[in-house]
Amino acid sequence: MFHAHIRVTLRPSILDPQGKAVQHAIGTLGVGAVADVRMGKYIEVKLDAASEDEARRTTEEICKKLLANPVMEDYTYELVKGA
Amino acid sequence: MTGGKTKFGVVVFPGSNCDHDAYHACKHVLGQEAVFLWHKEADLHDADVVILPGGFSYGDYLRCGAIARFAPVMKEVVRFAAGGGTVIGICNGFQILLEAGLLPGVLLRNASLRFVCRYVNLRVENADTRFTGRCRAGEVLAIPVAHGEGNYFADDETLRRLEGEGRVAFRYCDPQGNITAGANPNGSHSNIAGIINEAGNVLGLMPHPERASDPALGHTDGQKLFRSVMDAIAAGETVGTIADTLRR
Repeated sequence: MFHAHIRVTLRPSILDPQGKAVQHAIGTLGVGAVADVRMGKYIEVKLDAASEDEARRTTEEICKKLLANPVMEDYTYELVKGA
Repeated sequence: MTGGKTKFGVVVFPGSNCDHDAYHACKHVLGQEAVFLWHKEADLHDADVVILPGGFSYGDYLRCGAIARFAPVMKEVVRFAAGGGTVIGICNGFQILLEAGLLPGVLLRNASLRFVCRYVNLRVENADTRFTGRCRAGEVLAIPVAHGEGNYFADDETLRRLEGEGRVAFRYCDPQGNITAGANPNGSHSNIAGIINEAGNVLGLMPHPERASDPALGHTDGQKLFRSVMDAIAAGETVGTIADTLRR
């Protein structure tokens, strides 16, 4: 069994108004200067794969076909062997 | 098409909430045939026109339209569109068409971060489509929007192609037809409100023509879109209908 820890984030060229709103809110905390905030998604997938290669192939396919929209999003992930 | 009436098929996803509005506009206001198409059914019931209605299909989980794209009915819609069949995606339906790859680009969160629900003015950019035949180029239509993710975006190459090929059908404008930042409700690139595909048989738009069809509601500009499509179907311009007839 492998666990894929997947992060989907807006591409750098895409404006993130949600991140901006959060940045603005942080500003009101008075905790010092925050240069930028970007919001994204974190997704955990348990894969019933025999090998890390197979887990990687499956994760790539899931990300490309469903979890990320390549027009506006990028994805990264790490695979962890586990129960 | 039966008895001179156009048959509209309105797809119903879990979370669709403008399906009945679209059905009402087509069936009761325009006097055409209309049927609901359940998302689990891989059957379009011989519809001449397929409408993907507004709403929050699958709760907008993951991304608006991302899950709906995998519904069994969508395979048939993609096949129907590939054969030249007429497809209209309204609001969430537009988002689904983008996710399904039937139209290019994406709809981002509104630049204001707010849900906008009000009448907007739309300038008809291309009156030479099967969706706008009843309009004049440059005509201004009053049609409402209601969305939180309607901020149209695409890469530069796609935008160049859309503009160059006359595939921007509608743009947000002021009442006089000027394309201004103030008339843009969501931050869409170049005030784009609706686009068509390369073959011209698929339209996606954020505004709701079905909500501006019944005279009882005060505005009827939305009828122009549906009547344009009815004209096109009646004229037998729809390759899909012809192909369908041949197949039978």
